[in-house]
Amino acid sequence: MSIDLAQFHETFFEESFEGLDVMESGLLELEQGEVDLENINTIFRSAHSIKGGSGTFGFTAVADFTHDMETLLDQMRNGDRQVTADIVNVLLGCVDTLRSMLTAIKDKEDVDVTAVAEMSAKLQAILNGEVVHDGAPGEQVNDTVVTSKEQSTGDGWNICFTPFQDIMKTGNDTVRLIRELRELAQESEVEAITDNLPALEEIDPEGSYISWNIRLYGQDINEEEIREVFAWVDDECELEIKPLVVGAAYTGPERRDDSRRQEDAPDRRSTDRRSKASESSSIRVNISKVDELINMVGELVITQSMLSQFGDDEFNEQHLERLKDGLSQLESHTRELQESVMRIRMMPISFAFQRFPRLVHDLSTQFGKKIELVMSGENTELDKTVLEKIGDPLVHLVRNSLDHGIESPESRINAGKSETGVIELKAYHQGGNIVIEIRDDGAGLNKEKILTKARDNNLIGNDERLSDEQIYDLIFRPGFSTADVISDVSGRGVGMDVVRRNIRELGGAVDVASSPGEGSVFTIRLPLTLAILDGQLVGIGDETYILPVISIVESLQVREENINAVAGNAEVYRLREEYIPIVRLYQIFDIQPASEKLSDGLLVVVEAEGKKIAIFVDDLLGQQQVVIKSLETNFRKVEGVSGATILGNGTVSLIIDIAGLIELYQNDIAGLAPSVKGAA
Amino acid sequence: MASILAVDDSSSMRQMVSFTLKGAGYQVTEAADGQEALNKAKAQQFDLIITDVNMPVMDGITFIRHLRGEANYRFTPMLMLTTESAADKKAEGKAAGATGWIVKPFNPDQLLNTIKKVLR
Repeated sequence: MSIDLAQFHETFFEESFEGLDVMESGLLELEQGEVDLENINTIFRSAHSIKGGSGTFGFTAVADFTHDMETLLDQMRNGDRQVTADIVNVLLGCVDTLRSMLTAIKDKEDVDVTAVAEMSAKLQAILNGEVVHDGAPGEQVNDTVVTSKEQSTGDGWNICFTPFQDIMKTGNDTVRLIRELRELAQESEVEAITDNLPALEEIDPEGSYISWNIRLYGQDINEEEIREVFAWVDDECELEIKPLVVGAAYTGPERRDDSRRQEDAPDRRSTDRRSKASESSSIRVNISKVDELINMVGELVITQSMLSQFGDDEFNEQHLERLKDGLSQLESHTRELQESVMRIRMMPISFAFQRFPRLVHDLSTQFGKKIELVMSGENTELDKTVLEKIGDPLVHLVRNSLDHGIESPESRINAGKSETGVIELKAYHQGGNIVIEIRDDGAGLNKEKILTKARDNNLIGNDERLSDEQIYDLIFRPGFSTADVISDVSGRGVGMDVVRRNIRELGGAVDVASSPGEGSVFTIRLPLTLAILDGQLVGIGDETYILPVISIVESLQVREENINAVAGNAEVYRLREEYIPIVRLYQIFDIQPASEKLSDGLLVVVEAEGKKIAIFVDDLLGQQQVVIKSLETNFRKVEGVSGATILGNGTVSLIIDIAGLIELYQNDIAGLAPSVKGAA
Repeated sequence: MASILAVDDSSSMRQMVSFTLKGAGYQVTEAADGQEALNKAKAQQFDLIITDVNMPVMDGITFIRHLRGEANYRFTPMLMLTTESAADKKAEGKAAGATGWIVKPFNPDQLLNTIKKVLR
């Protein structure tokens, strides 16, 4: 029977990478001085699984490498080896090496042999250091094989087998063993020796009392094969194996070598190596989510069959009510089905969070800072695509907090704070959004420094007056960096603007709040999914546009007395105590509105990244969920537009990108009347 | 056909074992750790148990010890999946009531040959 092992490779890789993450976070915990046995056990188990799997699936190099790691971990687990920072660092290095090995194998690339050898050498150095206990278990020498290489000596073997009374209590069975032995030989004799049989009343019905004399006749039976039959019971019986040749010397001690069973394995397993492997990336889905989906489809089928009845006989008015019912059921089922499907793509944010303990560990060593990382809400789920893309911006923000936010231990002590800084990563749901906060208890953003820098770089005018929020927001402007010394971690001036751009591309927003001496918080808001959006349809002239409902603050009818014209053709609307710039969408998109008079239409106040604008529209048309189609893939990127959708009546409608629109408007106005910004 | 309980925390190994055994016509039930396996074994009678040793929640040896204590599993063959480096584990497993072991790494043919020995 041949089974293609390649079909299990993807699962193997997936779980191995998970295992590596587990090892990594376990090792990082170890380092904080907690020698917790369960933790070492967990790390050991992961290494063990990777070794077992890689051996089975034919990745010998990985198996060999992991073997040494396992040996070391085993010693740590048994208390034979002290856990030191050195060992933890080497093991962390091993995790990295292993990860790159597996990645290379997965991508069918060559493994970096030198790197592996280097790491291997480091491991060996530790293993060979002071070995407290009987050395590496894997290096048992097969010295037992030497004497027993007695090949078939001609006529066969005589085996004297005396099982102990309890042999059956481990599920072993004399009959099975004898049967196996007889299969080895062409001809055999079995003799039962009942000398040890006790008196009837003393017999334990589950005990074994009979000894066996088995003679196997055949030319080509070797002793190892016979010993292998008894491998599982060697401590539950007395065994004597003698060649059947008259006068032949009885060969040596009855030592055995359990490891010979896998001797032939390596040759066979290499065969599956080059077989096809699917490139498809997979995603793990909780069974309950799939069940939910199946359940929903069931409901849908019922509704469908209910609706299809109407086609059977003539349609009359009585049917109308039921048809309506059916359609509304269909609608709710479709929506639920859609939600269930979306949920399948949802993954916990821990996938993005889990790299941070390592990152913080490495960077804090590099910077000589003491930092504690606190993470919460790791189980908050978000769309897989969003999750994959949010990783880099998050790394950047965490690095930034570590580099710029948290002060050095000395200055922290001087400021009367604890020596150890805290960086908090937090994720939670809010409305239809997921919010990620990166909070540090460092010095906070330095307003003066930011202002000076911004003026130096001509980001703002010299006499411009800005609110605190506006000052903080400057750090997201292209070409801005406050780091005095440019380190290789952050401070190259590319960064925050890229972070903001990336997050915006995901339909999200990032802003920052800070208070001097107490720290800063970066808040990222992301949509739960990139595929569907709750949209508000608005009409302008003959066109229909869609505004994301989550961006809308309120919609209002225009009162003439609240309109103020500011320099040039900019207008602001006074809403309670706030002045909000009015954006005439028809001007920006150059279309013909129903009326240019503000009082004929409505203002929709929208907010993005802490800024508000009032969009002037002819009419509000209704809200619905829209499926987002990318303009970039189907056409090209259009500023101020995040995508398009197809409405129920078949027409295409553009989805407004609020943050982009605000920027567009500001650039527009800045060209005409720079001073308006202060009024916003 | 004989029913087999395959216990391993690694899903690729579990898949491989289960796929191989099903291909050979056995009925296979999977469990991801000793505790889950114990629950399943108590709910349904199996003819053979194959279990990994190192697992979270409950390891394979503890699982075997518990299951061997159950009246209807006194003589059921229970095999552990071990690695060559774990000679002491074999002894520990035997003491807990394991019938024997299958040494990792193994391939599907080796697995089936071993199974055929204990199931007939």
